[in-house]
Amino acid sequence: MTKTLKLRFNRKHLCIPYAAFLILFVICPLLVVIYYAFTNGTGSFTFDNLVNFFTNTNTLGTLLYSIAIAVVTTVVCLVIAYPVAYILARSKFKRKYVLLMLFVLPMWINFTLRITALKEILSAIETNLSLYPFLNTVIGMTYDFLPFMILPLYTSLSKLDKSLTEAAEDLGANGFTVFMRVILPLSVPGIISGVTMVLLPSMTNYVVLDMLYNSTYIMGSLIGSYFAAYDWHGGSMISLILLIIIFIITLVSNRFNDDETSGRTIL
Amino acid sequence: MSQTSTIIELKDVCKSFDDTVAVENFNLSIQKGEFVTFLGPSGCGKTTTLRMIAGFDIPTSGQILLNGEDISKLPPNKRPVNTVFQRYALFPHLNVYENIAFGLRLKKIETEVTDRKGRKVKKSVHLSRREIDEKVKRVLDIVDLEGFEKRSVSTLSGGQQQRVAIARAIVNEPEILLLDEPLGALDLKMRKEMQIELKEMHRRLGITFIYVTHDQEEALTMSDKIVVINDGEIQQVGTPTDIYNEPVNTFVADFIGESNIFNGMMTGKLRVKFCGAEFDCLDDYEIHQYVDVVVRPEDIIICKPGEGQLKGRVLSTVFKGVHYEITVEVGRFEIVIQSTAYAEPGSFIGMRIEPDGIHIMEKVYTENKYDGVITKHNTVEFGDGEFECDVTQLYPGSRLDEEGYLITASGEKLDLTGTEVTVEVGFRDITMSDEKNAGGAEGNIISMIYKGDHYRYIVRTEENEEDYVLACPDLWNTGDKVSLIIPADKIKLTLKPAAGEKK
Amino acid sequence: MKIAKKVIGAAWLVLVLAFIYIPILLLAVYSFTDAVMVGGAIDGFSLHNYVTLFENEELRDMIIGTVLLALGSALIATVLGTVGAIGAFYSKRTAKRLIGYANQIPVVNADVVTGFSICVLLIVLLGIKKETFVPLVAGHVVLCSPFVYLSVLPRLRQMDNNLYEAALDLGATPAQALFKVVLPQLLPGILSGFMLAVTLSLDDYFITTYTKPSTFDTISTYVVNATKGGQTDIKTALWALSTIIFLIVVVVVVLMNVFSGKKKAAEERI
Repeated sequence: MTKTLKLRFNRKHLCIPYAAFLILFVICPLLVVIYYAFTNGTGSFTFDNLVNFFTNTNTLGTLLYSIAIAVVTTVVCLVIAYPVAYILARSKFKRKYVLLMLFVLPMWINFTLRITALKEILSAIETNLSLYPFLNTVIGMTYDFLPFMILPLYTSLSKLDKSLTEAAEDLGANGFTVFMRVILPLSVPGIISGVTMVLLPSMTNYVVLDMLYNSTYIMGSLIGSYFAAYDWHGGSMISLILLIIIFIITLVSNRFNDDETSGRTIL
Repeated sequence: MSQTSTIIELKDVCKSFDDTVAVENFNLSIQKGEFVTFLGPSGCGKTTTLRMIAGFDIPTSGQILLNGEDISKLPPNKRPVNTVFQRYALFPHLNVYENIAFGLRLKKIETEVTDRKGRKVKKSVHLSRREIDEKVKRVLDIVDLEGFEKRSVSTLSGGQQQRVAIARAIVNEPEILLLDEPLGALDLKMRKEMQIELKEMHRRLGITFIYVTHDQEEALTMSDKIVVINDGEIQQVGTPTDIYNEPVNTFVADFIGESNIFNGMMTGKLRVKFCGAEFDCLDDYEIHQYVDVVVRPEDIIICKPGEGQLKGRVLSTVFKGVHYEITVEVGRFEIVIQSTAYAEPGSFIGMRIEPDGIHIMEKVYTENKYDGVITKHNTVEFGDGEFECDVTQLYPGSRLDEEGYLITASGEKLDLTGTEVTVEVGFRDITMSDEKNAGGAEGNIISMIYKGDHYRYIVRTEENEEDYVLACPDLWNTGDKVSLIIPADKIKLTLKPAAGEKK
Repeated sequence: MKIAKKVIGAAWLVLVLAFIYIPILLLAVYSFTDAVMVGGAIDGFSLHNYVTLFENEELRDMIIGTVLLALGSALIATVLGTVGAIGAFYSKRTAKRLIGYANQIPVVNADVVTGFSICVLLIVLLGIKKETFVPLVAGHVVLCSPFVYLSVLPRLRQMDNNLYEAALDLGATPAQALFKVVLPQLLPGILSGFMLAVTLSLDDYFITTYTKPSTFDTISTYVVNATKGGQTDIKTALWALSTIIFLIVVVVVVLMNVFSGKKKAAEERI
């Protein structure tokens, strides 16, 4: 009798609770979102939400504006962060880890408080923040996401074997060629992981805009507005569109980067 | 020896992982107190066998009997067997003392205690702190690590870690100690020292040791009994001297010690011919039987040219410390000799082999024989491959018409598709190519043995693990992926009786 | 030439550091004054922002609530993620792959979408009341546990596979082997996973807004609302909060560095 009751303990079975959790709280919500995106209030199947999104100039404009902000923010972050990561990774400074910490430490301060600080400075300089919406948004996003660009770049650059650049120099390459032909290509995984970590959130992080000058002209806040209006179906459609964009970006970045741990885990 | 002294017995043990067979029909019985070594190349199934004895793997079929009781399904924590792992597997978060005490702390022993009402009750209790302390101290003394109790295991040298691993196992007083290549991670000098120490420890403890290694020298030095394993099967069981002096097949001869291996033929009563000469020998085989001949390099005695049975030209002489290794060309054969005498490269020498230096063994592989099926296009499928062949040989005097039907001598029209046949291919009729799809089948070289003038290779296909044995003068490496080419006229087909009647 | 390069490099680092730190530090300076705007004239030192921060009940509840939520959900996430990682690591390849993919979804997904989808499922479809805190905690666990999973998994890979077998061999039951041998090996990964979970939960805004009870606020949601409101004493009290958090972070980072430095030195000495 005991034999049927006593299931032999197996390490494999430990994954059951987590698998159940993932199904219930990760997979199911997404399925529900997909369902809601293609139904209306009475529960019948419809393409209306999709049509609404692509015929409404406001939503469409927000999508394009968000993409513009995300791309510009990402480029700015990359331009600022690459030299920083490069200098840090190359420096012979003994405790360069401390230096790196200096750059990423703000990450652990609540981002709304950091944006508050930024807002105070910016308003002290500009007096009216809504005069330069695009500029201020990019500054805010850059301020928020810069550490997320520096970290993966630093990890991939510091992993770079010194003897590789020495070999390139030995083979007659000058400093610039070494950088272009050896260092840059080898740091591509870091760039990709940094770019994905900045690109995706900067497309959806509407709090930065909202706090800086009360604007909601960004993808994430569309969801927020549907949420405020209890329009689950419209919100689901926006979520679905964002999901598809994220899925595409992740697929593209995975092609370049077969490191299975995402950069966010370095923290 | 009497029946009662058998401690562990493996009966028809088989183990396969998914589709690959790791251990096949393993039958072995080990006596109490023996030092038994499982010897074989990596991947031969020796470690799998050990893991089945330890309980980490469960046999697919067969039985493992410990003191006559079947333990094959028992989990490892219920077996009175302990293991010393290849990379020690010491617990990094525990110090030396706690590592060794790990098993003792988990152990419960039945003791009789008097309960509150004065009755005697059986109760299982943990060992007391003092008992544990005493036991740990004692094994630390045995492995020569007194005073190391508080050290963290990560601060120990390889040799010390090894000792802790052994101490951790023997402190539980197992009936059998399993050692899985325990010296593999040590450097050569350390390894030699540990070999002697292990042997000494075995003598002192008096428990059964089962030792796994791929190092033949280690096996010869330490064991009471060696079990030579290849390809999941036992090749030979015997004492080190038996195995070295009387290898039962070319695999054992080649794997243990250095050997010259030749194809030979019996030419008379206790007479064998190889390398173009005839020799007296001690092994009795039928006249005209083809055999494998093994001659150890140290059994070839150099003499003046013209004396001895063989004559050849010295190709190279290499000083090896105790002896010279001399390679001699005899006709188309190459012979390796170990001798304390020097021979000038380029000079001619004579060689003599005494009858007791010649080991004759039956050929393991005499032919490639497969079950095959004729396909639509008059090719034949066998051994995980498909080859062009001449189907007309199945019916004397037959021919093929334009549509591919076979017309027998009597004019009968036959469709051979699906006909089952027996396929035979000679060793020298198969050639290898590293070009993919060049031949009809593909596989990896799993074994190679030098036979004086050619190599004998065994190529195994991946899908159904079919073996092709072939002879080839060129050097390939084991593990090479090759394509097998067989000319159509070299594939010998015969109808299977059943298929022949059905026609 | 080389010196010039070095100077330019150092200047760049200083410039970026200035961009990062000037707002925070300036805010810290002004938090000790009576000023209501950064950039205004400073007329003397004052601690009234700090007093407000600790005396205002609303602020105090909000901070305690945030910390409790972070610790609670991080704890749940750590248990789930660790157990899940162990189970997945020893599972068959397909199960392992599927769990890995599902685990990756919240990691790459935008937090807005994660929050909204949980809100739609739990609150809208299943009708679970926000006031039960179930959607909020579930959301935060979804946010955190994948990162615990990802920080435990590498430790499992590094671990000698024989350790578990060695424990069984020495008489441990599978459960004993897991607790006495495997878990201690994973401890550094579990701890860093927990820390990561706490910081993620503390920093979250999006999941919280979609799942929180209307009367409950975390630092993030509170700050966002406060910046829109007109209460200047609340606004400046938040400067004090920002300064305190900054100091805590600095202290923790310094301590962690000293600790890991010592550990490294100890290892080198051996």
